[in-house]
Amino acid sequence: MATIAASKPTPATNAQGRKALGFRLPPRTVSYLQSAPLIAILGFFFLLPILMILVVSFWDYDFAGLYPDFLTMNYEETLGSWVTWKTYLNTLKYTVVVWALTTFIGFWVAYFLAFHIRTTTMQMVLFLVCTVPFLTSNIIRMISWIPVLGRNGLVNSTLIEMGIIPAPIEWLLYSEFAVILAMVHLNTLFMVTPIFNTLMRIDKSLIEAARDAGATGWQILWNVIIPLAKPGIAIGSIFVVTLVMADFSTVQVMSGGQSASVALMMRNQMSLLQYPAAAANAVVLLIVVLLMVAAILRVVDIRKEL
Amino acid sequence: MMTKAAEIDIVSVSKIYGSTTAVHSISLKIPSGSYCCFLGPSGCGKTSTLRMIAGHETISSGDIRLGNTVVTDLPPARRGTAMMFQSYALFPHLDLVDNVAFSLKMKGVDKEERRAKALEMLRLMQMEPYANRKPAQLSGGQQQRVALARALITDPEALLLDEPLSALDPFLKIRMRAELKKLQKNLGITFVHVTHSQEEAMALADIIVIMSDGRIEQAASPREVFERPATAFVARFMGDHNVLTGRVISSADGVLTLQVPEGQTFTVAGEGRAEGSPIDIGIRTDRVRLSEPGEKTLGFNGVVSNVEYRGASVKITVMGAGSEDFTVIATDADYFEKPVAVGDAVSLSWRLEDAVLLGSAAA
Repeated sequence: MATIAASKPTPATNAQGRKALGFRLPPRTVSYLQSAPLIAILGFFFLLPILMILVVSFWDYDFAGLYPDFLTMNYEETLGSWVTWKTYLNTLKYTVVVWALTTFIGFWVAYFLAFHIRTTTMQMVLFLVCTVPFLTSNIIRMISWIPVLGRNGLVNSTLIEMGIIPAPIEWLLYSEFAVILAMVHLNTLFMVTPIFNTLMRIDKSLIEAARDAGATGWQILWNVIIPLAKPGIAIGSIFVVTLVMADFSTVQVMSGGQSASVALMMRNQMSLLQYPAAAANAVVLLIVVLLMVAAILRVVDIRKEL
Repeated sequence: MMTKAAEIDIVSVSKIYGSTTAVHSISLKIPSGSYCCFLGPSGCGKTSTLRMIAGHETISSGDIRLGNTVVTDLPPARRGTAMMFQSYALFPHLDLVDNVAFSLKMKGVDKEERRAKALEMLRLMQMEPYANRKPAQLSGGQQQRVALARALITDPEALLLDEPLSALDPFLKIRMRAELKKLQKNLGITFVHVTHSQEEAMALADIIVIMSDGRIEQAASPREVFERPATAFVARFMGDHNVLTGRVISSADGVLTLQVPEGQTFTVAGEGRAEGSPIDIGIRTDRVRLSEPGEKTLGFNGVVSNVEYRGASVKITVMGAGSEDFTVIATDADYFEKPVAVGDAVSLSWRLEDAVLLGSAAA
């Protein structure tokens, strides 16, 4: 219906336009003109930067400047160093843990919103409540954890006052725990949204049909709801994996500089003006992330959702 | 292969949603092995009743018995019923075999056995060649067959069908209707079928249960519903009777005389109505003639408001005797012998035995 309504007026306006202009552009040119703004934006802000990174990653450098060249040295240094491998491993560890936690929490939040809240209005209200933290910046939300988790922060002082612990817990802040906590906090909504979306599309009569066939609550969850939520889980996973793989601020702030990530490594290289090394690193990270996304897409067919 | 069938006994069952009552204390016995159609306009409570039998809706008060078991508080799968949903509710992520085998999987039947049984069920429904397809790759009629296979694999004593034909195009509707009837005859189990189509109910049912406003207006065989509609609602809803409303003015020898507000008087066979009480009578649309009432016939004069040609018959709508749409179904031969046009004044007549006394809605 919508496509009929939308496409019908087009020939009419075209016909009038032609008459008014008195000349006719070939249809192919018109299509290219229409897509030109998007091509320009993607070209300047997406393709060009990536190409530049790719080119620079082969350049030579010293403390004073960059020298156009075609060297594989940057890649050799990046891939040949055990620091890189260790950092990648650390980043992957964060990604896996954060992905697992956000998927678990995100699924249940979405499940609650989709199946336990009866009115659409209430669903929308609660969903908007989930998005409220996004009205402040990433950094501020992250920094807010410091007074909560710090040595004399809310958690520690409360526990000490209640007499549960004799001395402050040291690993609450500036630790891997803090990094993962902040990452889960920052990224869970990216999981909730697509899963909520797929759950809302599940025909409620499917659940009744499953119950009619004798399925218990868990069997319905495992055999009907989770399989049908897979595309949403996949889309959420792509968001979370790409965001966590590219993160440097959370790791830096929440670990107090004691932990590393690939992006943080790149930032350090840039602050030392080693742009070609950082570029090579970026290309490697890009390839790794693309492979991860491809793997996700291979497991789950998300086309239905797009 | 499946011969056990259960009688369904509904005992003063009500369904209350918050402050609205969807079903008002209905009682009904559906004999075992019969094809029962719940018929009525949307919102009449027919689907709520079906869902209460299925166990997908709690029963606010009253009881439902299936065979020898009171199933009121049992979960759907333990009632011996199976439900076929309006949109078929096939699992989109599973192929046909897994769809049909779903209930066996839930019971923990092992893979080989449940797949074999599902394939056999699909063969019964002539859907075996499509066994590895997903539901989205099937037509509406095929999906319905799969839904039937999935419902029947549990060996139910009663199959509950919620508007099973409403998603199909008219030709397929008639074909699948015949298949349903045949299947019910072969299986010998009780079918309870909810529909809003009079034609469907007439074609399929052993018993038609006509509901309005959460109450049963009439539960009887199609022939009885057609020939002796119990209430004015049934007569209007089935559409084969004209309804005239008036007050009783005299009663003698088993014949009641009534007067409509416009002044005309009519008679109908019946008794036991007090003078002055409101009364509805139904007159078969196909028995009304476009002729002057004679000694043995009744009738009135009216104005033709519409004429519809239907091939073998012609439908003429007349205003008069307090009725806005008094319908006459004339054979094409009768009509073309003496045609009438919109705006013509016509005389209508019918015989005494073509009029039936209708019960009042409140009774």
